[in-house]
Amino acid sequence: MSEKNQTILICQGTGCASSNSPEIQKNLENDIAEAGLENKLDVKLTGCHGFCQQGPLVIIEPEGTFYRHVKVEDSKEIVESHLQNNKPVERLFYKDPKTGSPVQRYQDIEFYKKQQQRLLRNCGHLNPEKIEDYTKLGGYDALKKVLFDMTPDGVIEELKTSGLRGRGGGGFPAGRKWEAGLEAKEKEKYVVCNADEGDPGAFMDRSMLEADPHSVLEGMIIAGYTIGAQEGYIYVRAEYPLAVNRLKIAIQQATDKGFLGENIMDSGFSFQIFIFQGAGAFVCGESTALTLSMEGKRGMPKAAPRPRTTEEGLFDKPTLLNNVKTFAYVPEIINQGGAWFADIGTEKSKGTAVFALTGMVENCGLIEVPMGITLREIIFDIGGGILGNKKFKAVQTGGPSGGCLPEAFLDIPVDYDSLISAGSMMGSGGMVVMDESTCMVDIARYFLDFTQQESCGQCTLCKLGTKQMLNILEDIVEGKGQPKDIDMLLEIGEAVNAGSLCGLGQSAANPVLTTIKYFREEYEAHINEKHCPALACKALISYRIDAEKCKGCTMCAKNCPVEAITGEKKEVHMIDQAKCIRCGVCMEKCPKKFRAVECVPGRLNEGGE
Amino acid sequence: MEERLENILSCHDGKHFELIPILQEVQHEFGYLPEQEMSEVARFVGLPKSRVYGVATFFEQFRFTPMGKNRVTICRGTACHVRGAQRITEEIERKLGIKAGETTEDLEYTIETAACIGCCGLAPTIVVNETTYGNLTPAKTIKILSEREREEATK
Repeated sequence: MSEKNQTILICQGTGCASSNSPEIQKNLENDIAEAGLENKLDVKLTGCHGFCQQGPLVIIEPEGTFYRHVKVEDSKEIVESHLQNNKPVERLFYKDPKTGSPVQRYQDIEFYKKQQQRLLRNCGHLNPEKIEDYTKLGGYDALKKVLFDMTPDGVIEELKTSGLRGRGGGGFPAGRKWEAGLEAKEKEKYVVCNADEGDPGAFMDRSMLEADPHSVLEGMIIAGYTIGAQEGYIYVRAEYPLAVNRLKIAIQQATDKGFLGENIMDSGFSFQIFIFQGAGAFVCGESTALTLSMEGKRGMPKAAPRPRTTEEGLFDKPTLLNNVKTFAYVPEIINQGGAWFADIGTEKSKGTAVFALTGMVENCGLIEVPMGITLREIIFDIGGGILGNKKFKAVQTGGPSGGCLPEAFLDIPVDYDSLISAGSMMGSGGMVVMDESTCMVDIARYFLDFTQQESCGQCTLCKLGTKQMLNILEDIVEGKGQPKDIDMLLEIGEAVNAGSLCGLGQSAANPVLTTIKYFREEYEAHINEKHCPALACKALISYRIDAEKCKGCTMCAKNCPVEAITGEKKEVHMIDQAKCIRCGVCMEKCPKKFRAVECVPGRLNEGGE
Repeated sequence: MEERLENILSCHDGKHFELIPILQEVQHEFGYLPEQEMSEVARFVGLPKSRVYGVATFFEQFRFTPMGKNRVTICRGTACHVRGAQRITEEIERKLGIKAGETTEDLEYTIETAACIGCCGLAPTIVVNETTYGNLTPAKTIKILSEREREEATK
């Protein structure tokens, strides 16, 4: 086979795939074949490359040319101009939002520059559906090393040196958990990988599974050898069909190559991995609920004092349960040593952290940063600042169990302990940025709505307390709040956190408690002045047309879904406030050169302006 | 017993822990969990019907009524929420005349919500059948649904 000197990578993570990247790949392959180049370069699909907002992405290696927002019809130009005539297609380059100048290579884009990709090192670079891509990069070397050169104690020692803590959010030291798994006396033991990523606004685990499934499998097999288990399960959400499919392919290929199954590489060690598809219950992220649901039961967390999963887990047997990312870190820690992993990070949080950076930020995507980096660096350097130059208001981490941190916390280091002392938490890696147009009372309502639905129902305070809190928050955003409501929310919130059995209930009130703590004035404005400072709560705003600016173009009236706007062509239009449902379509449709529709606080009189 | 159900059950041993995978397969085949099939599954795994129903209702994935021909899935992830998913939801509900979680009487449309479909970079997003639409606004949403309606009408 002749040496191929260029590789074209087409991102097919869920984000890019949903904007047509499989079609792009097909077209590229056809055009390359037509140009007679198929023997000179490789075309391959990859998992998530990280910068989802710019998708679909096409990357050309070795130099790293980064084409973004690629359309199916761009394929010909890429082939003719770039591949045949060596003239990269500049119009598809990323443009730096600050300078406006095009950037050709992804390594030079701000979004990637400050990242340190250790866990995501393979993501977006290898074809997740081909095990050879993984083994070529040293995949399964760690497994060989463990099976033939290391004792279980040696593996645990290496993990302890690395300081790796559980990446599901709890942050329990992985070395100690594995040690407990090894020490458990039973013959039958299990390894379970928690891929039940239920946080809304988080997609790290899914991206990992879609982009580099073998790292996860290798970590699990090493875990099986270390604690003495013969079976492993991956508990993955059924809502992740692509991840499930790539896992199935990876398990089959690893079995065919002898890295999984009976007598792995003639070492005498046997290990099987099965997929269990979670049926959608946020509470199943809790370990006892997760194992119960795997046994075919309702996923209700066991009563305290709960046995440790390493003592009594799946089918009441000792079970080592770790998050996707925790397992995926293991092969590199074995290859490079625990000290390598521990050389970055903070004293108590070693290594890197992976976040799904989303919300009102210029650059959304999957990122990996050293622990200890500040929130400001993440949001303003990697994230490129707030969308449309608006003002930063808050950043939310930890999903429904976490909290919203205001500007004053932008310079704290991001690690397990600092985030907890600020009132939020690391969580599994969701990081949602909010700007001045986000209403903090509404965000609290949104999270409570989620937890209230996801409460399993066995703790009264969790089930009914969250419902009461939700009712109060709904009243406040509708302008029916009472002055006593804030104290009531605090009282119920503290009771819910104190009186619930599992992590879901114990943290359910956090979004409310932190928003009251840091944004109390927004609650007060809603309650006392019936005013939503973010102009987000529909019951407290109106739309009106500025008679000075309206040129009577009729765009608003034509698009109003409820026919609330009247006015003849070239005459000033009016909104009938009684009919208006405040959907904002008129404001969106009013041509930018007029900007005649405005959103104003309070409710204008019905029937007129 | 219906043949389709028989085919599913024949791949299992009837152990308790197989309950959720079996229910998932039944739903995949039938589009929802019909009462008759749930009773058969209960007998097959040797559990009371109440227990099977209890498990099925616990998890969001399972449905007990038939789905519409077209599925509109609205992402209610946090990123979508802060970028205006609420208004998108209201527009879709108003346009189709049903609430999220419901199916139109003519079985044409079902509106579902998803905790997060993971396309946060494209927020706010919806999925209509297999197609994902991103960076939505209320006006764009109305346009997408109206265009679909017209397409259906000319079919």
